[in-house]
Amino acid sequence: MYSFEPNEEQQMLLEAVGRFAANDLRPAGHDAEEEGTLPKKVVSKGWELGVLQASVPEAYGGFGERSAVTGVLALEEMAFGDLAGTLAVNVPSLFVTPILLVGSEEQKKEFIPPVIEMDWQPYTAALIEYALDFDPLELKTFAKAEGDGYILTGEKAFVPFAREAEAMLVYANLDGNTQGFIVPKTAAGLTVRSEAEKLMSLNALPTYRVSFEGVKVPKGNRLGGEAGHDFQPVLASMRLALAAMAVGVARAAFEYSRDYAKEREAFGVKIAQKQAIAFMLAEMATEIEAIRMLTWEAAWKMDTGAEDAFKDAYLAAVGAADMVMMVTDRAVQILGGYGYIREYPVEMWMRNGRGLATLVGLAIL
Amino acid sequence: MCIEFETPKPIAQQQYVLKTVAENMMRSVSREMDENEHAVPYGYIEFMHAAMKATGAGSLAPKSEKKEEDLNKPKRPPIGYQMLAHMLEMLSWGDVGMYLVTPGGGLGAAAVEAAATPEQKQKFLARFGEEKPTFAAMCMTEPGAGSDTSAIKTNAYLDEKTNEWVINGEKIFVTAGHKSMVPDECFGKGFIVVWASIDPSAGRAGMRGFVIEQGTPGATVTKLEHKMGIRASDTAAISLIDARVPYDHVLGNPTVEKQTEKGFKKAMATFDATRPLVAATGIGVARASLEFVKEKLAENGIEIRYGLPRNKLTSIERDVIDMEIMLRSSWLMVIKAVWMADNGKPNALESSMCKVKAGDVTTKITQKAVELMGPLGYSREFLLEKWFRDAKITDIYEGTGQINRLVVARQILGYSGRELR
Ligand SMILES: Cc1cc2nc3c(=O)[nH]c(=O)nc-3n(C[C@H](O)[C@H](O)[C@H](O)COP(=O)(O)OP(=O)(O)OC[C@H]3O[C@@H](n4cnc5c(N)ncnc54)[C@H](O)[C@@H]3O)c2cc1C
Repeated sequence: MYSFEPNEEQQMLLEAVGRFAANDLRPAGHDAEEEGTLPKKVVSKGWELGVLQASVPEAYGGFGERSAVTGVLALEEMAFGDLAGTLAVNVPSLFVTPILLVGSEEQKKEFIPPVIEMDWQPYTAALIEYALDFDPLELKTFAKAEGDGYILTGEKAFVPFAREAEAMLVYANLDGNTQGFIVPKTAAGLTVRSEAEKLMSLNALPTYRVSFEGVKVPKGNRLGGEAGHDFQPVLASMRLALAAMAVGVARAAFEYSRDYAKEREAFGVKIAQKQAIAFMLAEMATEIEAIRMLTWEAAWKMDTGAEDAFKDAYLAAVGAADMVMMVTDRAVQILGGYGYIREYPVEMWMRNGRGLATLVGLAIL
Repeated sequence: MCIEFETPKPIAQQQYVLKTVAENMMRSVSREMDENEHAVPYGYIEFMHAAMKATGAGSLAPKSEKKEEDLNKPKRPPIGYQMLAHMLEMLSWGDVGMYLVTPGGGLGAAAVEAAATPEQKQKFLARFGEEKPTFAAMCMTEPGAGSDTSAIKTNAYLDEKTNEWVINGEKIFVTAGHKSMVPDECFGKGFIVVWASIDPSAGRAGMRGFVIEQGTPGATVTKLEHKMGIRASDTAAISLIDARVPYDHVLGNPTVEKQTEKGFKKAMATFDATRPLVAATGIGVARASLEFVKEKLAENGIEIRYGLPRNKLTSIERDVIDMEIMLRSSWLMVIKAVWMADNGKPNALESSMCKVKAGDVTTKITQKAVELMGPLGYSREFLLEKWFRDAKITDIYEGTGQINRLVVARQILGYSGRELR
């Protein structure tokens, strides 16, 4: 059957996440971006909603089952509040979800409960590399088998909360395949730059350059165990997260500019009464809905193990990146000069929007 | 309640059969039909009529009778519109011009379904289940009133002596107008639904649909248009000079309630139901074009490397990936709109939104496809150039792209037609 209504559990989660997005994230988002930090208590509150905890089975300290559909719904709703805040709240997922998806049984038992059963703690992951031809499937951080473990060499960029993180999942190129390695912060040869990265947006999310100079990783810390793992499901879940957040950010920009257009007057009418504005809004709503459907379907395919699920997650992410840029750009346009002023939120959403094409690996569901 | 994207079994089975029809009865004569404008694909029409009669699929007509019989069966969520959308998409993948001459009443029957009383439905729709294939058409557009349907001049007055409505006016661009109104021994007797005003001073509140039967004196097909595409479909002009119909041929309630726009709303309700279906036909054409492109690329050893970062893709790869995104997302919007219709949820917004999207997507995909295929795209040796011509109508009829943007904008802004025109 086709069906387009979240189930009861999902609706309850959406309501809780929606309240948090509207009452906590959105009000904090603007100042957080300006001041460069997000209040810890907002992050903790977001964590306590239990989005991640509900996707982890009891055996590993959680209280539910993973569902990409639920993940997509929750991330869209949260990103509607604020993107940097959403990324911050969900940073531990970067560490937990890949282990849950493709980790070995021992890894799940050992690494997931300490993260999931506690207050929010910065466990993170390092995927992006600072190169214009960066490709998650052709990494330039290398892993080499040596003795009874691996040696990691290379440099990662945009690693959220790297300075505080207890441990991180590091993705590296092992004989041409992208493989994850669990690395504690104390590992010799791991250096986190002292200064945070400076990006076009996401000022409230501390991210760092991290270098690996011959970092030794024991065999047991290769994600998936000795045989390693398939990277596709991990990458697809990262892409779906981007797509879902793009829908959330786009919706924020759309709703704000729609409401503004109904208030602002020019030439004796509300600007929304001019077709040039009204048609932009109609197209924004249409494109948001189109990508939301594509994202939902890709998530549903992930959950049902459909053959082309990974491809569809890719298509959703590519489509979402275009959509969110188009929508946020128009939102700024609709506010005119005010759109360009940082007192109003739309220019930040436009900066957020461009990031969603680039920031694969900063979120996962 | 849940989120699910599984094609229901009965629809999947029907798709399997329809694909064979599309390949063997449509694609096989597509070019011939295109080159011989106004030729009638009798084979296809007879076949579809027999098939639809046997299965009850495709027609809006028999629905109201069936519902009561089914009361005792375990309740399954209704999927009638979903089935129809899939059917139209697949037939249009075969040939959208030929799909438009599928018997069963088309937009004429849809208007009756939306605006008529139960007795009228029985009276006018029963014919589509009879022996011969039968057509009906819907006449809104006039030379001076296209998008602005409130400007129609066709009028009807009641001749109290004979208790007949007398209708005068000129209707144009009537899809299947010829097959509905001009006798053909292979076809049953059709009708047209003509939108006319019974009280010009009442504006939209005075608008009503009238059923005019084939053979009614004064109702004449005066012209057949020659078109860019969908040439298998006849597009007729119909003149109405003192055309008389019995009193009960006015659909719904004939009393004019000023201030309400009920008469007009009925006409618009037809569009809520049919817009996603028209969107589906466009998507069928777009899918045919994209499949052709991928097939030819594969034959030429050009592979699409899904999964690569965008800045590493070739231009062709980017185009194909964008086309896939457009095609799939617009189709999912159609499915959502018809799913809402099946479940009795108001879907005016979703209906118009998917029509906006499909109008864009269908034209963009077919245009890009021709460009990508170079000389193969422009040559009449393949059907791609025809699909490009067929596709454009999707953004014009059932409300142009602009009119549907207006409908979407009014919905999201909470504006009336007066506040945003
Ligand atoms: C092949 C074919 C089959 C058809 N079949 C049928 C049929 O079966 N029954 C029937 O009743 N009609 C039918 N039509 C008519 C069709 O619905 C109309 O052509 C269509 O609604 C547009 O009307 P128009 O051609 O008068 O264009 P116009 O209304 O003159 O529009 C011209 C342009 O102006 C734009 N425009 C108009 N109003 C506005 C506005 N308020 N804001 C912004 N832009 C605006 C339009 O989008 C369009 O781009 C058919 C047409 C064709 C070509």
